[in-house]
Amino acid sequence: MAQSIPAEHPVAAPGGQHGPEASPAVTTPQAAARSSRITWADLLRALFDDKVVFIALCFIVLVAGAAIFAPFVAPHDPLAQSIRTRNKPPMTPAIQEGGVPYLLGTDALGRDTLSRLIFGARISLTVGVLTALISGTLGVSLGLVAGFYRGAIDDLIMRLVDLQMSMPGLLIALFVLFALGPSFVNLVLVMVVTRWMVYARITRGMMLSLRERPFVEAARALGCSDTRLVLVHMLPNLFSPIIVLATLEVATMMLALAALDFLGLGIQPPDSSWGLMLAQGREYITSAWWLVTFPGLAIMLTALSFNVLATWVRVITDPVSSWRWIRRGATRTAA
Amino acid sequence: MLVLAGVLIFVFVLGRGIGDPAKMMLAPDASQEQYLATRAQYGFDDPLYVQFGRAAFGWMQGDFGQSLWQRVPSLPVALSRVPATLHLALATALIAIPTAIAIGTISAIRPRSFIDRALTVVSLGGVSTAEFWLGLMLILLFAVQLGWLPTSGYGGLEYTILPAITLAFRPIGRIAQVARGAMLDEMSKPYVVTARSKGLAERVCTFGHAFRNAAIPIVTMCGDETASLLNGAVVIETVFGWAGIGSLLIQSINRRDLPLVEATVFVIAIMIITLNLLVDVIYTRVDPRIRFGGAAT
Repeated sequence: MAQSIPAEHPVAAPGGQHGPEASPAVTTPQAAARSSRITWADLLRALFDDKVVFIALCFIVLVAGAAIFAPFVAPHDPLAQSIRTRNKPPMTPAIQEGGVPYLLGTDALGRDTLSRLIFGARISLTVGVLTALISGTLGVSLGLVAGFYRGAIDDLIMRLVDLQMSMPGLLIALFVLFALGPSFVNLVLVMVVTRWMVYARITRGMMLSLRERPFVEAARALGCSDTRLVLVHMLPNLFSPIIVLATLEVATMMLALAALDFLGLGIQPPDSSWGLMLAQGREYITSAWWLVTFPGLAIMLTALSFNVLATWVRVITDPVSSWRWIRRGATRTAA
Repeated sequence: MLVLAGVLIFVFVLGRGIGDPAKMMLAPDASQEQYLATRAQYGFDDPLYVQFGRAAFGWMQGDFGQSLWQRVPSLPVALSRVPATLHLALATALIAIPTAIAIGTISAIRPRSFIDRALTVVSLGGVSTAEFWLGLMLILLFAVQLGWLPTSGYGGLEYTILPAITLAFRPIGRIAQVARGAMLDEMSKPYVVTARSKGLAERVCTFGHAFRNAAIPIVTMCGDETASLLNGAVVIETVFGWAGIGSLLIQSINRRDLPLVEATVFVIAIMIITLNLLVDVIYTRVDPRIRFGGAAT
């Protein structure tokens, strides 16, 4: 991905300030052009240099890793119930000799909170990423069609968008899940249906300005088919904002899922997600603070990481600012 | 009106057409006889167009049928919860809007100050925190640990504070960001420079000139937030046991009370439409150009 970012900047950069392959002595135009391309090495170093973004990325990798390898990472069986360990506070030593202590405490059925968090990450992350991807595909496609063809189909799609914008998504989701019954597929579907218009609006807006640009006209004059024009020439220009939006939407979707879980219309027991853990822990709020604190903290930190990541993606996918950002990192490393 | 019709058709198609209303009303372990009896009793075995005609006719007269749970007509039950929700929404707006405008304006005047940094934290936190979790944390801190405020319930000021603060958190971040952006934008415009160069006090430049123009995007943002406010109210009312329309919706869903769910969705839709209308009216007051259809520009 990084290779394809054109890092053109009006001021030709002196070689050596950034780009590890250009030596300071070489100042031929060719070398300068080469050094102004962003390489993976530049990206990684600059990433490492921006501590907040780095921490956010690490956290997402950590959570995703824990979710993927949950059976190996979790210290206890997330479903193992035990009366002897009911509602134990964090750091309670394990009942059996030499066992891992209950680092984050246990719930009302004696299940280990940390293990349940790790397994819950599977569902929360899956739903978040999956819904963001599907609604993104749907929304972008409809936005492309609306923005490219205009006319009646544009009116129809945008009327639908307006209608949905004026109704709170949660309300629609609640009613649909009530009518159809909560299941994983219904849940993903309903979240897709309530969020696609965010993508459609942005895509359409950008298409409207793109279709007037000379390069589109040139491509059309060369005899491009509509499909090729949209997919090969116009869509790549929209990638940057769409990826930023999708990253933000992962966080939004995770929060929405948590709310639905909490209201009892999301993931159903015995499956577990972070929102469901909160709902279950709520009854014991006066006696077991850890049950409501940690799952919420997990949701917040993950969503926060995705939000931070989104700002970063916005910076690096924008040619001008990415150049500045990388260079700032490079000079700081050099100093 | 179009939105309202859309909502009603949507509710009908989903509730009666795709879903199975009799199944929704009954507990999952109900017998086949009970199922058939319920279908016959509510006329769910009639053809769909007959049902639609009957439902549309009833709904237009405000008749949503008897609530299965409370055994009284549904619409009055739903309407009786409206004041509580408006109470909460008003309290939230009273907290959120002045705070947000103050924070936004100050951070526009003094970039990189403490307030400006705090704004970044609040707005980033606002989009990353599950609202209901924030509510639970506030309960944990102020009600359970400190014992200053009641944990939940519907009532006067002491009951209003926690849910209103919870609900206000996210709008504060969003509105303040918009206010900051709008103020920065206006402050750099030529007319403010003119005002400054003719020797007006900084205070007059800021509040008398820039702020008035910055108010337009701020009002728009406040309007956008009203729909999501009701969205959040559904969850927050449940967390705090607030006897509003949102918690009624959840209760009636949990009790599989289809007529009451339909009535509640209908009332919430009307509330949203009314609020949006209200925002439009305020909008024309703030920006006179809109009232004259752009002729004054």
